[in-house]
Amino acid sequence: MADHLLEVQDLSVTFHTVRGPVNAVRNVSWHLDRGEVLAILGESGSGKSVSASAVMDLIDIPPGEIASGRILFEGRDLLTMSHDERRRINGKRIAMIFQDPLSHLNPVYSVGWQIEETMVIHGTSRADAQRETVALLRKVGIPDPEGAAVKYPHQFSGGQRQRLMIAMALALRPDVLIADEPTTALDVTVQAQILGLLEQLQAETGMGLLIITHDLGVVAEMADRVVVMNAGEIVETGSATDVYRNPQHPYTQKLIAAAPGQGDMSHGVPEQEPLLRLTGVKKNYGAFTALNGISFDLMAGETLAVVGESGSGKSTMAKVLLQLEEASGGQAEYKGRDLLTLSPKELFEMRRDIQMVFQDPTQSLNPRMSVYQLISEAWVIHRDILPKDRWKARVAELLEQVGLLAEHMHRYPHQFSGGQRQRIAIARALALEPRIIVCDEAVSALDVSIQAQVIELLDKLRHELGLSYIFIAHDLPVVRDFADRVIVMQAGEIVEQGSVRQIFEAPRMRYTQDLLAASLDPDPEVQAARRNSRLEIAQ
Amino acid sequence: MTDESPPIAPIAEKSRLASFWSMLRADKFALTAAIFLVIVIASAFIGPIFLEYDAGRQNLRGRNAPPFDMERGWQFFLGGDQLGRPLLARIIVAARNTMMVAAGSVAAAMIIGATLGLIAGNSRGRAAQIIPRIADVIMSFPSLLLAVIVLYTLEPSVGNIIIVLAITRIPIYLRTTRAEILEVRERMFVQAAKVMGASQSRIVFRHMLPVILPTLLTIATLDFAFVMLAESSLSFLGIGIQPPEITWGLMVSQGRPYLTNAWWLSFWPGLAIILTTLSLNLLSNWMRTALDPQQRWRLEIGGKKNG
Amino acid sequence: MRSFLTKRAYASLISLLFLIVAVFFLSRLTGDPTNLYLPVDASLDSRERFRALHGLDDPLILQFGRYLADLAVLDFGDSIRRSQPALDVVLEAFKWTLALAAITMTIVTITAIVIGSLAAFRVGGLFDRTATFFSLIGASAPDFWIAIVAIVLFSVNLGWLPTSGTGTVWHWIMPIGVLFIRPFGLILQVVRGAMITALGSAYVKTARAKGVASRPIIFVHALRNAMLPVITVIGDQAAAILNGAVVVETIFGFPGVGKLMIDSILQRDFAVVLATIMVTAFAIFVMNLLIDLAYAVLDPRIRY
Repeated sequence: MADHLLEVQDLSVTFHTVRGPVNAVRNVSWHLDRGEVLAILGESGSGKSVSASAVMDLIDIPPGEIASGRILFEGRDLLTMSHDERRRINGKRIAMIFQDPLSHLNPVYSVGWQIEETMVIHGTSRADAQRETVALLRKVGIPDPEGAAVKYPHQFSGGQRQRLMIAMALALRPDVLIADEPTTALDVTVQAQILGLLEQLQAETGMGLLIITHDLGVVAEMADRVVVMNAGEIVETGSATDVYRNPQHPYTQKLIAAAPGQGDMSHGVPEQEPLLRLTGVKKNYGAFTALNGISFDLMAGETLAVVGESGSGKSTMAKVLLQLEEASGGQAEYKGRDLLTLSPKELFEMRRDIQMVFQDPTQSLNPRMSVYQLISEAWVIHRDILPKDRWKARVAELLEQVGLLAEHMHRYPHQFSGGQRQRIAIARALALEPRIIVCDEAVSALDVSIQAQVIELLDKLRHELGLSYIFIAHDLPVVRDFADRVIVMQAGEIVEQGSVRQIFEAPRMRYTQDLLAASLDPDPEVQAARRNSRLEIAQ
Repeated sequence: MTDESPPIAPIAEKSRLASFWSMLRADKFALTAAIFLVIVIASAFIGPIFLEYDAGRQNLRGRNAPPFDMERGWQFFLGGDQLGRPLLARIIVAARNTMMVAAGSVAAAMIIGATLGLIAGNSRGRAAQIIPRIADVIMSFPSLLLAVIVLYTLEPSVGNIIIVLAITRIPIYLRTTRAEILEVRERMFVQAAKVMGASQSRIVFRHMLPVILPTLLTIATLDFAFVMLAESSLSFLGIGIQPPEITWGLMVSQGRPYLTNAWWLSFWPGLAIILTTLSLNLLSNWMRTALDPQQRWRLEIGGKKNG
Repeated sequence: MRSFLTKRAYASLISLLFLIVAVFFLSRLTGDPTNLYLPVDASLDSRERFRALHGLDDPLILQFGRYLADLAVLDFGDSIRRSQPALDVVLEAFKWTLALAAITMTIVTITAIVIGSLAAFRVGGLFDRTATFFSLIGASAPDFWIAIVAIVLFSVNLGWLPTSGTGTVWHWIMPIGVLFIRPFGLILQVVRGAMITALGSAYVKTARAKGVASRPIIFVHALRNAMLPVITVIGDQAAAILNGAVVVETIFGFPGVGKLMIDSILQRDFAVVLATIMVTAFAIFVMNLLIDLAYAVLDPRIRY
């Protein structure tokens, strides 16, 4: 058997939990060679990060246990080495970067010190390490490297922090870099930059790169080969193009089919008198302007998507509209009244008509209330909707409407999966029989396959109940499939608005074009073409 | 994608009580502590009914009777005091005052402190500014002075001692509640309730209070021990409960002159204090783990192994 | 920074003012010192003279006004009992308490941090369980009881240590030893808890991936992050001792502010009571500033 740089053989890891042992991964084997990019693709709970944690000696034993397998690095089994030996490999020969760089950087030490530390513990002198740190910071594209080295993690933006993590990982030119969801929480344009940086650095150093991701787009952009995992097992392995073009396993087929951005685009709803009209809505926090004069219309039965990167003001807009925050100016006309200047009594009435579905159902559902209590709370608050003797029947009806079972009503949120919880949250919103539902990143926290199902549900409800949605999202492919019209926001202002076809096929503004260019397509060939065209522009 | 099919075989949810019981059994220290506390509380309730008379009856021949001597009956098992009263009986009777003062102070401090904290945490107006200052003022007020003032101006009854101790403990609950509310206020499910039009009182009582209650109870358990020690210190210094009422702290103080020839007079009531406060601390420690979803597994795994 | 300081000073001043008003009037409720300092059969005339001498014959509000006026020129009044300026009496006692607090808290801080950190590294291990158990006993111990048991044991039976006073190093051992126990138990638990959180954090995972060894992970990466809640408790405990370790000072005959406070209250030496409160309040104000400074030094995210 040929020697690979890093090879995982037949690895099984078990975690001992309350409900007995859980097999996090079973009989997983993969390998990585020099100069190669391997992606491990999987949804949450698939065990995609476990083998990487085992490589890095990051599994806590107990509660974890490595039940079987070998991890060969240059032919030597890491699992039989002492912790000290492995420590000498970690950071020097094999390095790792993580999702959420803010929590993975130590908040109380300067970033320069943290990068130096990697080198110092592996034998570089402090003075050399300091010089090298500045060079590294320059290399990963941090402005003013000398000044940046003495700053602390909280003084950088999300994208810069991931660059810092990369600098730290690459300090000793490792042979293997493991990147665990390196761009997940980042805006699309920043994601594109970080992936570009990783590609460039990998080409320069010839290291092996292992990317762990849930995103087919990242696989398409980066990977030579891909390993698809589901429920702790590898279901498919192959070259990225082959797996995308010709998936063998039913799970992979389903996953690829669920990838957003492939369906038909909407033709929009017929012209009519708008249901809701915002004019010049403003919101200031002290001297900071979060919303600078937002104006748009929402028709009955329409899905209006609001897209933008973090800090664009899209969530603030939702909060102002729902009166969770007070507007600093402007009007929101609904049924002939201005929503922004309602009396408490009128506001209470208005709550019935405009509801909201939040990003993370784990947090938006009170963990101490049963599903029945969660949904019927609407009628406790608004007494006149439904007499009490009909609550139970109505909860059952709503649960079935969102694809759950009536008998679920006596369970608690933690007994459901993420997608099911979001269905409960939707049922709760429907309990008030609203006209408009504001979905604030309502599918962002869900796995791709679940995302598709929840979108389908929202679409079905729109047709059945004649709802209008304000669909706030950062994920453009989802918007493309679901929205009738799109608003693009940047820095508290609307940059562009138009029909979904116009925005996606003929974007007028530079910012919209950049956003679209940065978003990733699940097709490796499409991504390769885009990459080439980018290179041509660069040259 | 098993995800969206309705959960097969619903996870067997033990009732809350049952799961707490199994977690308690998982921690042997906490279990022992809980049993000990049950005994102490039972003594405090039932003991005085049977032993009130014996505990107060002077018996000059039993003066400073040494412990572990069964001749005079089981009540003298721990010895007799300077007036020949049986120590064991006195300790059991004193448990009532000791427990009553601690329980009363903690309950009063928790109710007042938590209410003020709820108001301070939820209002954005002047109350949010002023209430935390109240806590600061109380914190800087020497509790000894307060006790002496009460002792001289009012009478040093059990009720007044409770008031003194309760006042000094209010800041703990006030600050904790306020800090927790400020955090809970931003949680999504509170926002979701607002969007539905829930009234302020519904949000506070239905959504916020259940979330912060475990923290408050954990602190109260710990505080119970603290208040017991404080009451004992006051009684020891002679500015707390006054004879003929008895508490453990007072018994330690009364035995002090006889330390050199009859150590047991002070030793046993002191031991009662230390065992009770230790039990409370152990229980509070256990509660902190059992009520924290992120730490709970430590007990749950332990429970599996042991049971 | 400057505005932060002024704000803090204002807040403390307001609290202190409340306190002075409350203490001034409430302490008068405890009785008239005349009855305490003059014999029961003292003549009405000598009573009048005593009252006039100490300004006790004026209406209470006038006495208070005069007190505030004197206070403005840093005159804290005189001690009735010792016939000395109250401030001198208090500062003399404060010296001893400050020394006691400083020594005790230094020992407590170092031992609690080292032992607590090591306990947190292997949660549930033998070391952790032993340390936790002893810290719980420590946190539960009634200091007056420990003190008298210690006296019986070390002074009466073994004859190793003197029972009271401050003369030699030996005199300090028992007071410090008894004062050590509770803060040690409490702080150790906070250190342990904060360290468990810190060691479970993502940046510790990064450090492990970098190949950092266990000891620097505990004492460099995790400890500095865990110190913020620890410092808060250290401050609370130090404040408690500065406010007067009444019980310990009384039992060991240690001439600190705690003993002075209780004696002055019982003997209605009001000027000393008020001076004690102000001196300790000032000391605690300074200590809190030091603690805020420590926050800022330890955590770069905190700026005032």
